[in-house]
Parts: sequence; C-alpha cells; structure tokens
Amino acid sequence: MILPYYIIIPLLAAFLISLIAGKKDNWAVILSVIAVSALLILSLFSFISMKEETITYSMSAWSIPYGIVLVQDALTSFILVMVSIISFTSLIFSIQYIRHLSMDWKYYSLFMLLVTGMNGVIITGDFFNLYVFMEIALFSAFALVAYGSKAEEFEAAFKYAVMGSVSSFLILAGIAVTYSATSTLTMAKVAEVLPAVDKKVIFWIGGLFIAGFGLKAAAMPFHAWLPDAHSSAPAPISSMLSGVLIKALGIYVMLRIFYNVFNAPEVFMKIFLVLGTISIIVGVFLAIGQWDMKRLLAYHSISQIGYILLGMGIATPLGILGAIFHLFNHAIFKSLLFYNAGSVEMALGTRDLRKMGNLMKLLPTTSQTSLIASLSISGIPPFNGFFSKLIIIIAALQAGLPWYAVFAIIGSLLTLASFMKVQRYGFKGETVIDSSENKIGWRMNSAMITLAVLCILTSLMVVPGIKEVTLDPVVKVIADKTEYIQLVLGGMNGN
Amino acid sequence: MIVYLLCFVLLLVGLYGVLTKRDLIKIILSIGILGYAVNLLLILFAYRKGSIYPILAKGKEVSQMVDPLPQALVLTSIVIELGTTAMLVALAIKLFEKYETFDITQIRRLKG
Repeated sequence: MILPYYIIIPLLAAFLISLIAGKKDNWAVILSVIAVSALLILSLFSFISMKEETITYSMSAWSIPYGIVLVQDALTSFILVMVSIISFTSLIFSIQYIRHLSMDWKYYSLFMLLVTGMNGVIITGDFFNLYVFMEIALFSAFALVAYGSKAEEFEAAFKYAVMGSVSSFLILAGIAVTYSATSTLTMAKVAEVLPAVDKKVIFWIGGLFIAGFGLKAAAMPFHAWLPDAHSSAPAPISSMLSGVLIKALGIYVMLRIFYNVFNAPEVFMKIFLVLGTISIIVGVFLAIGQWDMKRLLAYHSISQIGYILLGMGIATPLGILGAIFHLFNHAIFKSLLFYNAGSVEMALGTRDLRKMGNLMKLLPTTSQTSLIASLSISGIPPFNGFFSKLIIIIAALQAGLPWYAVFAIIGSLLTLASFMKVQRYGFKGETVIDSSENKIGWRMNSAMITLAVLCILTSLMVVPGIKEVTLDPVVKVIADKTEYIQLVLGGMNGN
Repeated sequence: MIVYLLCFVLLLVGLYGVLTKRDLIKIILSIGILGYAVNLLLILFAYRKGSIYPILAKGKEVSQMVDPLPQALVLTSIVIELGTTAMLVALAIKLFEKYETFDITQIRRLKG
C-alpha cells in the first residue's frame, strides 16, 4: 500500500535531517530533495494510474469504526500533485535563497514537517487525525514565518500563531459537537449517520467549521493575519503558504466536509457565494494600494481565494470544475510571483515597487517569468488563469447568478490594473540601478522557468480529451457528494 | 444543560481575552482558557450521569462506564496545546528582545 508513504517519507526526512546534519546544510539539502522528488513521483504516478477508483488504508489494521483510515481518491491525488509540484520547486528555489540568509539545516527540517502536515491533512479520512496533522503543518508554518529573525517577522508570526490557535480551537469544538451527535470520527461514518440526527446539529457544526477553516483559508472577514504572515516569511515559504497551505488546510477540507460529508446544504453554499464575492472585491481593492510587492501579492491571495469559494458556492459541476482548476492554477502562478519577488529582493535588497527599475536588463529571467505570471493571474488568454476564471464566470451565469458574475469580472479587471502597476513601476521602473547586490543562480532561475512553463501547460487541462482524464474525475468525486460513503466503506468491506 | 452553558461562558471569556487584551502574556493566557473550555466540552460530551471510570476490571460492566474516546482526544489536544503555548511564549520573548515591551499597541511596524 502506498498511502502511508505520503506521510512517512517527509516525516522520516525531517527527523533524519536533524540527526545526521552537522553544522553545514549539504546533507539536509540532499535528503530533502530526495524526499520531495520521491513524493512528486509517487503523487504523479498515483494520479495517472488511479483515475476514478478510491483506495483506503487502515492504520495498524484497526478496522473502520475503531481505527484511523486513510483515503485516496481523485480529489486527494489532485491536491497531492499540486502540493508536490510547489514544494519541489520551492525547495530548489530555497537552496540559494536560504544560504544567502544562513547555512542552516533547521529550515529543511521544518520544511519537511510542513509537507508532512499538509499531506496528512489531505490524505486522512478521520476528523481528529485531520486536526493533529493540521497542527503539525501550522507549527512549522509559525516557525518558518519567523525564520528570518527580524522584528517584523516575529510580530507577523505571533499574530499568525494567535489566529491559528483560535481557529484550531473552533475546529476542535466543531469536532467535539460532531462526535457527540454521531458517536464516530471517521468522515464516511459521520456522513452515513448525519442524515438521521437532528437538522439543527448541522448548523452548529457547519458554523464552527466555516469560522475555523475560513480563518485558515483567509476568506474575507477572517483575513487579517494573511498579509502580515505571507509577506514577512522568506520568499519560498511565502509561496508555500500562499500557494498550497491555505488551500490544503482551508479550501480542500471545506470541499471534503461540506460536499462529501454534509451533502452540500443549500445555506452553506449561499455563505460560500457571499464570502467569495466579498473576498474578491475587498481583497483586490486592498491590494491595488500597496507598494510593498510581497504585501500586494498577499492581498491578491485573498482575492483569488474568493474566486475558488465562488466556484464552490455555485455548486454546479461546472462551478466546481472552475473552483478546482483555479485552485491548481493559483498555486502555480502565485508561487511563481512570490519567487519573482524573492529574487528581486535578493538582487536589489528592496521590496518597494518605487525603488525598482530597469530589471529587464539586470534580471532577465525574473522579469520574463513575472510577465507570464502577471498575465496569468489577471486572466489574459492563453494562460491558465483566463480559462479557470472564464469557467467560473460562465458557471455563475448558467446558474442564474448574473450579479456574482459581474463582481467576478470587476475583480479580474482590477487585478489586471494592479499587476500593470507591478510591471510599470517595478520591473520597468524609472529608477536606474547599475548593478545587483547578489547574482541569481541557476537553481532559482530553473524553479521560476519550470513554473512559467507550467502556467502555459496547465491551460491544456481544459482541452477535451485531457480534461476527461485530469479534471473530470476530481469534479466527479465532489459533485457526487455522499457517494463518498459507499466508496470508502464499500472498499473497506472488500478488504 | 447549565454545565454546557457555563462551559460556553468559559469559551467566551477566552475569546474576549484574545480580542481585547493588550498585553502579550495576557493574550497567551486567554488562548489557554479557550483551550480549557474546548477540552472541558469534550469531557462533558463523554460524561453520563452516575457512571464510572472506563477501566475494564473484574466485576465492572461496559454499559456503566463513561465514553473513553473523548478522554483520549483530550490528552492529545492538551499535548498540542502545550506546544502552542511554548511556541507563543518563545515568540513573546523574542518580541520583548526586539521591542522591549509586551504592549501590542507599541508592536506595530507592520501596517495595512
């Protein structure tokens, strides 16, 4: 069974790094690159080979009502592929970027723990196990945000830690209510029992989970920690946090719980619609006024999460398709933009857009890839962001929600405006800079080029023929709602 | 019913502390109170009136025992809470080294 290896590989790497790494970071780099490439190969292989089947694994062979079960279906593999791609490129980018800060193995150990936590959250089929893995991911995220040891970074990490703890307790309270209503913690079992219990219980659980996971996903009323934490962290960590952490811990879990366990109740879909629309509009308005490049990108994360929530709230298969496609695309172009910001910061020592200039000559790779990423996030064809936003807007129109579509289009136009600001003042700015402080090495460049190529390649996922094998099985898992029960419990009885 | 209400009040006390206090240490303590309230909630859900501790010995029947699973969950969650508190205190110490104050109104170099 390959399921437990998604957790074992990074966890083992984290501990081995702390055991065998000496003062230098050579062994840490080698071990973590091996672990992350193994995960990438494993997740790609299982995504291609699995198609529509669901496989389960009982930990320590305890069967379902007693033990913890790991579940892998198309949605799980899709998110695992996304996490693996971003963590691989982040790690390659980190090697030079982190050496420039310090020669330290602790970074790689924490990085592997972050990957462990995310993979655990994605693959588990048990509520309390999800909580435990979520805490592993959050702890390493707090430590990594504070990694640079500057005053601002401690401030952001403290804010993030307080918000993270409050949201975790809300989620734990939600899990407690779930357990008291259904007497089980396995998601599939909860879904099976839930229709029989009092309808009001769903509102209690759903309310606590929306508040808890909404804080993790940084949807609009819960967003205050995100711009500080994501802009203060080192660039590869910003890209991990903005690119995958808020999606693995926030969006993915909400998709799983509200669709597969709660059977998509109407009232929560309305809440997603409203939260999503507010996030799109307010996030982009806050972003457009920023001059700090990473802060601008962090506010855009809130706005783009809004699109994903909007797609989730529409709840038709087309809306869900748009949501998961945008989830994947956002991970790619937002990570790329944070790499660009990191390499500019390393070369010029500033993140202020007004102090940048003639970067086309100094950093050709960074500027070219940032142009691709900017076009992609603003939704210009033929890049991937265009297709996912188009699908979400069409889905909103088809579902008879024209006003939400209008807000989505306004958000997209304002995104374009704010990225024209980045290009105009930042990369083509008038400040003349003769030489850069640091050279950008081939590892950082290759990480950026890989993601820039993926920005174009992933738009092929909507082409008929490729769509059937990549996105459709994922949509089927979500749109089938509580089919999940049969898939998980039926698979268990077969073993 | 009244115990659940009191437990909810404890949760609100913790939330109030997190939202209104200006001292870093008081915020950390409020998070601790919030955690206790949630743990207490789990234990309350497991409780049944007049039942005994869940240890299977001679002469004890399973039907008379309280639910042991939430107690196991609470143990795990207490350990996680310890980690959270240690992390927060470490960050507070570092913040004190940088800003020489615990007052959050003076710790605001990040804006927007």
